[in-house]
Amino acid sequence: MLPLIFTAMVIFLGGTLWTVVYSFTKSGLLPRLTWDGLAQYERLWSSRKWIVSIENLAIYGVFSLIGTLVIGFTLAALLDRKIRGEAVFRSIFLYPFALSFIVTGLVWQWILNPELGLQSVMRDLGWQSFTFDPLNNPEIVMFGLLIAGLWQGTGLIMCIMLAGLRGIDEDIWKAARVDGIGTVKTYIRIIIPMMRPVFVTSLVLIAAGIVKLYDLVVAQTSGGPGISSEVPAKYVMTAMFGGQNLGQGFAASTMMLVMVVIILIPWAYLEFGDKKHG
Amino acid sequence: MADLAMQNATAAMTQPLGQTLAAGPRGRKPKKRLSRANIIVYGTLFVMAMYYALPLYVMIVTSLKGMPEIRMGNIFAPPLEITFQPWVKAWQEACTGINCDGLSRGFWNSVRILIPSVILSVAIASVNGYALSMWKFKGSEVFFTILMIGAFIPYQVMLYPIVILLREAGLYGSLTGLVLVHVAFGMPINTLLFRNYFSSIPEELFKAARVDGAGFWAIFFKIILPMSLPICVVALIIQVTGIWNDFLFGVTYISSPDRYPMTVQLNNIVNSVQGVKEYNVNMAATLLTGLVPLVIYFASGKLFVRGIAAGAVKG
Repeated sequence: MLPLIFTAMVIFLGGTLWTVVYSFTKSGLLPRLTWDGLAQYERLWSSRKWIVSIENLAIYGVFSLIGTLVIGFTLAALLDRKIRGEAVFRSIFLYPFALSFIVTGLVWQWILNPELGLQSVMRDLGWQSFTFDPLNNPEIVMFGLLIAGLWQGTGLIMCIMLAGLRGIDEDIWKAARVDGIGTVKTYIRIIIPMMRPVFVTSLVLIAAGIVKLYDLVVAQTSGGPGISSEVPAKYVMTAMFGGQNLGQGFAASTMMLVMVVIILIPWAYLEFGDKKHG
Repeated sequence: MADLAMQNATAAMTQPLGQTLAAGPRGRKPKKRLSRANIIVYGTLFVMAMYYALPLYVMIVTSLKGMPEIRMGNIFAPPLEITFQPWVKAWQEACTGINCDGLSRGFWNSVRILIPSVILSVAIASVNGYALSMWKFKGSEVFFTILMIGAFIPYQVMLYPIVILLREAGLYGSLTGLVLVHVAFGMPINTLLFRNYFSSIPEELFKAARVDGAGFWAIFFKIILPMSLPICVVALIIQVTGIWNDFLFGVTYISSPDRYPMTVQLNNIVNSVQGVKEYNVNMAATLLTGLVPLVIYFASGKLFVRGIAAGAVKG
């Protein structure tokens, strides 16, 4: 139990408080307890790179949430149609989840290579005007990351959704059939509302993962072109270990903590709030 | 769609009747349908399977081609001439900075990080879970709750304080330091796993052992541990894939490039700006790094699914 107490109290609780406190100081190359008020936060929010990071995370976050839920649920629903070769399909959809974000990022960097990858293959096939070069186009670079991120992460959500679908009583389906409700309609009107807890769990898992987005960016784009695919986690790392600007790193990571708290509080309220009163 | 469902409904209702009429196993088999709905289901599944399978395929074929073939050719085409040279080069000669002894260095670093981290974290987590479910003491739930909340805190928040702790202990930059970090961050999910598993063990068993005079460790080693093989395997899978795939801690707590774990070294090799890009070597290196978790994935089957469903919280 000693390691647990140490990890919980010193590393998790102590470390977090330490970082929050030092985010209000003038720490530069080394941490210093010179009070600086909100100056680090003012500097942070007036930094172009930080604003871009937040915007990118928002774009990636919204599309990743919708994409993962839609694809994850669709795949699970299709696999639940009593099809042949379910195990084969399932392992194909899930294997990317075993791979690291570094591997994921590097493979997709290669596939999306404009001169030798997907774009050139489509052009060689005769579609001369085909243009898909997200990794060199600041406008759509986040979607290049999204393709890779969805590839890696949707399998997990599919598994969770599939478990949820399997937990639904056969009788519901029989009743829907007797009433003459179509398959798609049954999913949308009856099954999805019944699976609310599964969706909430998935949502929290996806959202917590999005805030941490870091390795994928490092491997696939290194934040480029320019600063167009920077993300908050990378901003923190650069400030702390690259720029010798600890205060900025502490302030930025505290903002990341705030984001997670904003995601978690409504969830904790939904999940545990009702039980306490009821 | 609606009439199809109707058809199914009528089929379902008439089935018992059909069975009574033609009793025994010779009964009419359900009609095989290659309906429009089935075509849509299988069609979608195939298209999606392409998206998921393609990168693995591309990695494999690229890593088996020579550079001239890659330059003129099609990324999806199978190799005309199979060569294992890129694999050899990735393993033995690929350069990171001034070191040119290949990914093998990173591989062995990762192994040296992995083994103690996994053993330590499974050992600690099993004792934690045991103590939390059977030897509750005042405040034990509080510590556990803090630990679980900690699992949701972005790692970036805790990175620097740990740098200071490790520096004070003289472990900053060393493999030992990184092992301790992995053990700490693996603790929430693994402790939760063991705690939940042990809570399902009947309390009478524990009480009977207490009456017989068995102590904390005697009960743990003689009764609890022999029962916990399945959960140990799940914890093992989570830890091995998680630690092997780690990048953030490796890059933060290892100070010298020759001690970098495999993921960090891989990224440095592929994203290095110097020299001509050798895509075949890069893909061989990428595959090599992905091989350990892939083997675990395909070998462990359903246990992996159980592991990741539990481990997902850790991210």
